Amino acid sequence: MAAHLKKRVYEEFTKVVQQQHEDLSSKKLRLTKPSKSAALHVDLCKATSPADALQYLLQFARKPVEVESVEGVVRILLEHYYKENDASVRLKIASLLGLLSKTAGFSPDCIMDDAINTLQNEKSHQVLAQLLDTLLVIGTKLTENPSVRMRLVEVACKHLTDSSHGVRNKCLQLIGCLGPVEKGAAKEAESQAAKDVQKIIGDHFNDQDPRVRTAAIKAMLQLHERGLKLQQAIYSQACKLLADDYEQVRSAAVQLIWVLSQLYPESIVPIPSSNEEIRLVDDAFGKICHMVSDGSWVVRVQAAKLLGSMQQVSSHFLEQTLDKKLMSDLRRKRTAHERAKELYSSGEFSSGRKWGDDAPKEEIDTGAVNLIESGACGAFVHGLEDEMYEVRIAAVEALCMLAQSSPSFAEKCLDFLVDMFNDEIEEVRLQSIHTMRKISNNITLREDQLDTVLAVLEDSSRDIREALHELLCCTNVSTKEGIHLALVELLKNLTKYPTDRESIWKCLKFLGSRHPTLVLPLVPELLSTHPFFDTPEPDMDDPAYIAVLVLIFNAAKSCPTMPALFSDHTFRHYAYLRDSLSHLVPPLRLPGRKLVSSPVSPSITPHEDPSQQFLHQSLERVYNLQHLDPQGIQELLEFTIRDLQRLGELQSELAGMADFTATYLQCQLLLIKALQEKLWNVAAPLYLKQNALASAAAKQILEETYKMEFMYSGVESSQVVIIHHMRLQAKALQLIVTARTTRGVEPLFGMCEKFLQEVDSFQRCFISELPHMQGSFVDKLLDLMPRLVTSKPSEVVKILQTTLRQSTFLHLPLPEQLHRATANIIEPTGESDNPLRFTSGLVVALDVDATLEHVQDPQGTVKVQVLYPDGQAQIIHPKPADFRNPGPGRHRLITQVYLSHTAWTEPCQIEVRLLLAYNSNRSKASAKIPKSTWSESLEALPQSENGIEGTIPFSKPVKVYIMPKPARR
Amino acid sequence: MPEIKVTPLGAGQDVGRSCILVSIAGKNVMLDCGMHMGYNDDRRFPDFSYITQNGRLTDFLDCVIISHFHLDHCGALPYFSEMVGYDGPIYMTHPTKAICPILLEDYRKITVDKKGETNFFTSQMIKDCMKKVVAVHLHQTVQVDEELEIKAYYAGHVLGAAMFQIKVGCESVVYTGDYNMTPDRHLGAAWIDKCRPDLLITESTYATTIRDSKRCRERDFLKKVHETVERGGKVLIPVFALGRAQELCILLETFWERMNLKAPIYFSTGLTEKANHYYKLFITWTNQKIRKTFVQRNMFEFKHIKAFDRAFADNPGPMVVFATPGMLHAGQSLQIFRKWAGNEKNMVIMPGYCVQGTVGHKILSGQRKLEMEGRQILEVKMQVEYMSFSAHADAKGIMQLIRQAEPRNVLLVHGEAKKMEFLKQKIEQEFHVSCYMPANGETTTIFTNPSIPVDISLGLLKRETAIGLAPDVKKPKLMHGTLIMKDNSFRLVSPEQALKELGLAEHQLRFTCRVHIQDPRKEHETVLRVYNHLKGVLKDYSVQHLPDGSITVESILIQATAHSEDQGTKVLLVSWTYQDEELGSYLTSLLKKGLPPSTA
Repeated sequence: MAAHLKKRVYEEFTKVVQQQHEDLSSKKLRLTKPSKSAALHVDLCKATSPADALQYLLQFARKPVEVESVEGVVRILLEHYYKENDASVRLKIASLLGLLSKTAGFSPDCIMDDAINTLQNEKSHQVLAQLLDTLLVIGTKLTENPSVRMRLVEVACKHLTDSSHGVRNKCLQLIGCLGPVEKGAAKEAESQAAKDVQKIIGDHFNDQDPRVRTAAIKAMLQLHERGLKLQQAIYSQACKLLADDYEQVRSAAVQLIWVLSQLYPESIVPIPSSNEEIRLVDDAFGKICHMVSDGSWVVRVQAAKLLGSMQQVSSHFLEQTLDKKLMSDLRRKRTAHERAKELYSSGEFSSGRKWGDDAPKEEIDTGAVNLIESGACGAFVHGLEDEMYEVRIAAVEALCMLAQSSPSFAEKCLDFLVDMFNDEIEEVRLQSIHTMRKISNNITLREDQLDTVLAVLEDSSRDIREALHELLCCTNVSTKEGIHLALVELLKNLTKYPTDRESIWKCLKFLGSRHPTLVLPLVPELLSTHPFFDTPEPDMDDPAYIAVLVLIFNAAKSCPTMPALFSDHTFRHYAYLRDSLSHLVPPLRLPGRKLVSSPVSPSITPHEDPSQQFLHQSLERVYNLQHLDPQGIQELLEFTIRDLQRLGELQSELAGMADFTATYLQCQLLLIKALQEKLWNVAAPLYLKQNALASAAAKQILEETYKMEFMYSGVESSQVVIIHHMRLQAKALQLIVTARTTRGVEPLFGMCEKFLQEVDSFQRCFISELPHMQGSFVDKLLDLMPRLVTSKPSEVVKILQTTLRQSTFLHLPLPEQLHRATANIIEPTGESDNPLRFTSGLVVALDVDATLEHVQDPQGTVKVQVLYPDGQAQIIHPKPADFRNPGPGRHRLITQVYLSHTAWTEPCQIEVRLLLAYNSNRSKASAKIPKSTWSESLEALPQSENGIEGTIPFSKPVKVYIMPKPARR
Repeated sequence: MPEIKVTPLGAGQDVGRSCILVSIAGKNVMLDCGMHMGYNDDRRFPDFSYITQNGRLTDFLDCVIISHFHLDHCGALPYFSEMVGYDGPIYMTHPTKAICPILLEDYRKITVDKKGETNFFTSQMIKDCMKKVVAVHLHQTVQVDEELEIKAYYAGHVLGAAMFQIKVGCESVVYTGDYNMTPDRHLGAAWIDKCRPDLLITESTYATTIRDSKRCRERDFLKKVHETVERGGKVLIPVFALGRAQELCILLETFWERMNLKAPIYFSTGLTEKANHYYKLFITWTNQKIRKTFVQRNMFEFKHIKAFDRAFADNPGPMVVFATPGMLHAGQSLQIFRKWAGNEKNMVIMPGYCVQGTVGHKILSGQRKLEMEGRQILEVKMQVEYMSFSAHADAKGIMQLIRQAEPRNVLLVHGEAKKMEFLKQKIEQEFHVSCYMPANGETTTIFTNPSIPVDISLGLLKRETAIGLAPDVKKPKLMHGTLIMKDNSFRLVSPEQALKELGLAEHQLRFTCRVHIQDPRKEHETVLRVYNHLKGVLKDYSVQHLPDGSITVESILIQATAHSEDQGTKVLLVSWTYQDEELGSYLTSLLKKGLPPSTA
């Protein structure tokens, strides 16, 4: 084999020599590519000093190498490797070998032997380490081959005794990545040197070099990741490593302990210096807790993070993490939390305003105080007070995860989370609010806690406030005072930050519907009704009053006695709000008024939903009637489209599906209209009109197809193929129209060729889908392909026209879930009559606030468009940080748009809208196809044609009144 | 036995007047040089005559280290250096060097100008003293002289506070000064690496206290201020110029920013204003948040906090004022207090401890009617709050630091004896290290067991490692070599090299031993039998039969001769050099057992 390969290299080599000699004389030499390996060889031979050679190698490394010539290059490199005396050059060669064996499509097993051989005579430790690294690359490429792996592991074991840490490091890494995982493989190899990989790695846990120790632990973790079950015996070793002097060792050891605690949670381990025994997971938990007060913050972060995922820990261990026995002058002292709780339960209100309020009471037995507990005591108290915010965030996250799985713990950690609302770093505050929201179904807030929570409502950061509103949406409040307090604070928030209106209303909606019985006694006070006197009717446009009403109406939904307390105007206001803010005000059963028929009766389960059935039936109808007369088809399509559109309006959950199919049918309708025969048969003078119609239709179809492809989330490849097919038809139509209108053949040549290429690429992309497309346009076209390629443009056009007419129209399968991307601009509202005045030539910032739904990757696709009255359009790309993600499928865009214009004589309106940018290169079709099958063909395709970029407007435009004033001089 | 001697001149079982003498490996270092707040006589300064009765201090002390700028740690410095006389180096961190003279000057002013004392140090003396100061950076190893080196670690507590490691050869001492293990709004937490000193001298102010989380206190404080301001009341916060004042300023500033509040905040001009400049300057010494955000905005450039003017106190509407001094005993804070005390909407927050007899102490203990000078009675209607913000490590913090540094001995200073007793017992129990708590003037001696570094020649090391297996961690290893002690240095070299260096001829030491064997056969047959026997037994060694009739096992020579009297007895002569002692004695004992019954 090797000999054969060598021959090949020399063959390559000789070719190039020929080229050099005869250079331009012979034409046939253009066919042979200049061989990389040969060029390299020449370069290396020319090199006079190691520095020169190194330069050549560095240059060489910058260029990619084709798969075919990799092997040749490797041979050349190896040859030089043996000759080279300078270690740095050998090092570079070794690293190049590794790089080259990474080349896709190249199988490095042929160079493995040589790489192993080079190891034998190598003296330099650095080069050795690099060579082992190369072997690691080779090994990872050949993971399926157990014998190769065994061999490499053996090599690694042999070099484990090397005196350089770098070499030992790499060896351990290699063993970790390639060591046998399955039991069978290990048995079979028992005769050989590679025995128990775990033992070999474990022996290096107390290597003298910290880097090697780290590598050993990492290798062990790597083995675990690859599926090897680690032995429990390692646990005690790992525990010793926790006291290591070096942070990276400790950090890795914490991970290892965590892994073991997950593997053997229930085994029993003894507590040193006593006779007791505890579960391993508890022991590990205690040890990791201890690391939360480590000297290095990297370790602290690591430890705090891992604590969160240790769910099997016994509850008394868990609760210890929040316990820190306070004392002052050796007397037991209660924490502020305990005092607050006691005050609350004793019914006394004011907080400690006296000096010595926190004076310690009982004496403590000095012997019983344990200042450094071996257990988990106070781990979270420390973590949450840490100096670095990274640690604090990790601790909050861990608290969240643990509290989600343990309600009693959730109750206990509440005080601490509430405290975190006052952290100095906003990120931490936000994180703790989110955490609180996540565990909120496990907890009920006490009044004093609620007080602290509500205090944050005045925060100037919008994110914090909104997160808090979200939190209040799903909190349980225990008393009516609590509800009142919350309402008062929210109203305060509303007056301070009027922009929070929507979010506060929504928050009150949930607050009301969750606590109807608590709201009930508050109603007279809130509505300020009086048993004897009529009170003035409140202003209906007051956001605060609306907020109160939202709370009450939502509470009234499940509390039938409440409407009795309403005064007359309340009922009127109800009717008004039910109409104007229907998403916030629920339908109520009011006395003397019959309930307006509810559009959805909740008793019907979705799959027997009649509207869904209706959707499918109407589609069936369309698909079945294929050979009706054109007039009939057109009418049927028109009706169906109308039906579907109405259905979408009525049924919000089917809106996506209905719109999608309606759009598709619309395309089909346009196509049929454009192809009507009589239009094409008219005389030349009338030609222009029908031409306009057909080309407009083609254009519209193209636009619609892009909408279908990019505006809906949940579109699958079976839909994409239909969409692309429709687009192809539109393009064919375009071609036909142009062929009819243009004189001369020259431009047609190019167009035909382009179209054929497109058909070709369609075939490549959707080869798997083609069998489903019998009788379709593309199916017929592909049959005719050989003829098309050879025939003239005029003929092509003719063929296209007939196929287009004859082809049947394809059944569009519907996916499970389909959602149309929508955007709603909340701000600017477009209601203002006061123009935004600014000096011309300067900029004015316009705040834009919009909600986006079902938009994938909004950071990349959503743009803001500003249209000036003079037709000038401006597209603004919002910063990625302007997008928030409040929930799955929902996004929030809060950004500023800078406007500027020359002076106007009077104020005028500009339009602001959101656009969805698309690029057909990133289409779903290309993402779905596995890369290996068509990566080459993609390269062959002309890029320009494939990458059509465009934008789809997907929000209602909002008008903003602006007035650029001329600058004063 | 080498020893470290520690003598506290102040702060031994006491708070205040920190001054600790350490002598380590022949070097004498003085740690801190503070004054005592409780005394106005000679006792306020440490008794420097303990160091030397006559003669200059410079001859007895190698250096002086100041941990931070609080007067109980640096107050006696000008007296010590200028009036008693010390010209050696004084080490402190940059912020300490910057702020220290301001405080000393203030201290001088109060004692000399207000109390009218004479024979006190002058402004010029403070300046001269500061000229002797060498500023150090964090983690910078400063070589005081050839053997003594010091290194500063971050200690929290106040701006520029540092812990110092003092190291001579392999012996080291760490002095913590005052430190704080929990971060606050403007400073981070103390940190030290695992330096394993022979002795850790730590403060123990809160030896018997485990504190609650800082957040509750902060929240309470902010809530109280916020509520009062919303009611339209005025808040007075009496503070001392440095340290807490800045922390509270930051706390309020960020809160104002977050909550979008508009009420003005003032701080009294003078010292605080001056000190704020230094806080702005030494951003690297502050906590993570301030360090990270200072590029956008320096947190000490307060937006909402402005300098106070006397006239502002009568302004209507809510406001918050930080005023000095902290115990309401005199000055601006007392003036404002008198103006505002009558209104129940107002509030005074005492952020720290108040000494008995001060107005602060009186109102904290609940007194509502105060007698002011001139028999005036002041009725206090305003609310009085107490908030403790202290920046010392609590018992847990002290234990945490000990765990981080892993010292071999601990010595407690800067605390009350009774409390120390408790902590001492805990430390001994949990870490199994000995713990000391000397009183002032009492000397503690700690014996150390320093490791002595020896240079080994590379050749020898390589040779020895080649023989044995790979060097095993932290396990003692036996090796052959010659220790040369010359010119105060130790070297381990191979014997050959040692001989060459010392110009000595090599002497050979041989052991010879005669072994009698009963063997009637001829000499050469006996030799052959011995040879076969040895060859059978010593498989791992090279056993050779030389042509002259002798046997060699490695370098051991065996010859056989017939006994001059009894021909049946053969005498085996075994000879070996002392290097082969082990093998040689083994061989003799083997031969003494006799040969196996011959088969041949």
